[in-house]
Amino acid sequence: MLTLKLAVRNLLGGGMKTWLRVGVLSLSFITIIAMQGLYQGMYGQATEASVSTELGGGQYWHLRYDPLDLLSLPDAHQTLPEGLSGLVASGAATPILVVQGFLYTGGDLQPILMKGIDPAQRVLSIPSSALADAAGSSPPVLIGSRMARDSGLRVGDTVTIRWRDARGTFDATEVQVAHIMSTTVMTVDSGQMWLPLAALQKMARMEGEATLVVLARDARPIAASGEWLHKDLDFLLSDLNAMVRTKMIGGSVAYLILLFLAMLAILDTQILSIFHRRKEIGTLMALGVTRGGVIRLFTVEGALNAVLAAVAGAVYATPLLFLLARAGIPMPAAIESSGYSLGERLYPTYSAALVFGTTVLVLVVTTVVSYMPTRRIARLKSTDALRGRLT
Amino acid sequence: MTTPSESPLIRTRDLVKAYPMEQGRLVALNRVNLTFEKGEFAGLVGPSGSGKTTLLNIVGSLDQPTEGSAEVLGHRIETLSHAEAAELRSRHIGFIFQTHNLFPVYTVFENVEFPLLVLGMPAALRTQAVRDALDWVKLGDRANSKPAQLSGGQSQRVAIARAIVKRPALVLADEPTANLDAENSRRILETMVQLNRDLQTTFLFATHDDKVIRHLRRTIRLNDGSVVADTSTEPTPQLAGYRP
Repeated sequence: MLTLKLAVRNLLGGGMKTWLRVGVLSLSFITIIAMQGLYQGMYGQATEASVSTELGGGQYWHLRYDPLDLLSLPDAHQTLPEGLSGLVASGAATPILVVQGFLYTGGDLQPILMKGIDPAQRVLSIPSSALADAAGSSPPVLIGSRMARDSGLRVGDTVTIRWRDARGTFDATEVQVAHIMSTTVMTVDSGQMWLPLAALQKMARMEGEATLVVLARDARPIAASGEWLHKDLDFLLSDLNAMVRTKMIGGSVAYLILLFLAMLAILDTQILSIFHRRKEIGTLMALGVTRGGVIRLFTVEGALNAVLAAVAGAVYATPLLFLLARAGIPMPAAIESSGYSLGERLYPTYSAALVFGTTVLVLVVTTVVSYMPTRRIARLKSTDALRGRLT
Repeated sequence: MTTPSESPLIRTRDLVKAYPMEQGRLVALNRVNLTFEKGEFAGLVGPSGSGKTTLLNIVGSLDQPTEGSAEVLGHRIETLSHAEAAELRSRHIGFIFQTHNLFPVYTVFENVEFPLLVLGMPAALRTQAVRDALDWVKLGDRANSKPAQLSGGQSQRVAIARAIVKRPALVLADEPTANLDAENSRRILETMVQLNRDLQTTFLFATHDDKVIRHLRRTIRLNDGSVVADTSTEPTPQLAGYRP
C-alpha cells in the first residue's frame, strides 16, 4: 500500500512528462482495441450475414456435392432420406437443389448456378416468397443486386437460361426476374439465380431431389445417414475464419509495433529515471527503504503508467468507440471483392474480453518492462547512489 | 573524551574500511576506535579524504567495515543484512546530507512525512509528528510548498525535520552547512542544538566547516583514516537556547 501511495505521488508529481508518457501509451492502447474491434466487427458481420442467408445452423450435403467443383453437380442430387424429410416438413430445414446452367444476355453466354429453393421457407433470410408471388407465365427468378448489375437485368425482365437435365439433355426456357434482392453475401448473389424448388426440380428432371439441406439456426442436427453428410458451422465458416485470422495476424503486427514503441518509451523512461534519480534512490535507502522496496516502487511507478493510460483512454476513447460501434464506418465498394460480406458499413465490436484482455496485456507488459531496468538497483550501493553514482 | 559506559550508543573497534584498487588498496579508515554516548553533539573533522563520510556511512549502516566492528544501538553493523540495516536506519537513525536530498515532487509536509510512512505510523499520529517537526524548524507555514519554492536554508531545515520527525536516537549529518551562508548555517546549528537539548538526540557530524566545529561539544579529528585527536570543547555561548 505504501509503495502504491508513493508511486502515485511520484507519478503525479512528474507533471507534464508523466501525462505525455501516459498519452502515448493510451493512444497505443486505444489503437490496439480499436483495430481489434474492427476485426471482431468484420468477423461478426460477415459471419452473421453468411449464417443468415446461406449457411443457417449447418448443412447436409449430398455425398458428391463439392461447392468448389462444378463438375460434381450433375451427380450431387438425391431424394431426401426420412430424417431430413422430417426436418424439412417441420420447418427446421430447407432443401436446395443446385444445377449448373447458362444465361443468355445480350448475346453473351454467362455461366450461372441455378438454385431451387422453397418459396415458403423461413430458414434463410432470402426473400424467396417473391418466387411464390410472381404472376408471369415464365418461371420467376430471384437474383441479387450484383448479379443484376453484371447481367443488366431488372425486375420484370425476361431472359433465357439453359441447363442440362438429369438425363444429360440440354434444355432451355425463359425466366422472368421477379425480385432483385440486396445482400452482402456474394455467394448467394454473384452468378446465382434462385428459382422455385419445384420448378427447378421439374426442369432438371430431379423431382423430389436436392443437393443440400440447410438447417435452421436453432434446429438440432440429426445423425447423417446414407448419401448425406452433415457439415457444421465450424466447417462451413472455416474459410471465413482463415481469412479473418490472416487479417488479424497482419493487424497484430501493426499493434505489436505500436505496443513495442510504447514499451520503448516506458523502458527509456525507467532507465533515465533510475539514472536521474540516483540520489533519490540513495536517499530512499538512507531513510530505511530496502532495495526490494525501491525496486517495487520504481516498478509500480512504471506499471501505473499503464493504469493511468487505461483510465485516460477510457475517458476520451469510450465515447469515440461507442459512436463508431453505433454509426459504423463507411466501407468502399471495393470491399466486396475481398470476400467479406460486410455491406456498406462496418460496425466495430468491442467485447468485454477484448477490452479486458488488452488492458491486462498492456498492464502486464508494462510491468515487466518497468521491472527490467530496476534490477540494476539491486546492485546499487547506497553510498554510491547518495553521491549520484551508479555502481 | 567521553567515558565509555556499559552500553554506548556507538562503539567502533579497530574499524578498517579499505577499497580495492588496481594496485593494492586504499585505506579509508585505519583501526578507528571510538565510543559515543547518548545525547552527544560530536563531530568528525578533517580534510577531504580523511574518512569522515566513510565512518558516518558505516555508523549509519549504509556501508560495512572491511575489518573490525561497528556497534550501533546494540547492532553489529558488519553482521546486518540489507533488510536489517534498512530496518535499523528507518527506526533509529536520521540523516542530514550536504545537499538537502529532498524529494522534488513531494511537498514539504510529504517529505517530512516520508520516514513515518516507511515506519507504518498511523495517519493521525503521523500528521501530528510532521507538524511538530515543522514547528521545531519553524517551517510550519511552508508545509504545502515544494522544495523548489524554498531557499537553500529552508530546504536544509526541512531535511532536519525529516531526520528528526521519527525521534531517532541518532542523527548523522554530513556537511550539513556546506552549501549555506553564515546566517543560514547559524540558524541550522541553532535548530540542531535545540533538538539535541530538548529531545536528547545524539548528533554526529562530518564537517570541515569552522562554523560547525565551533559549536561541537566533542571534536574527533581524522587524518588519512586515523583518529589523530579526540577532544571535548566548550560550546559557543551565543547560540540561542543552548545549555551545555
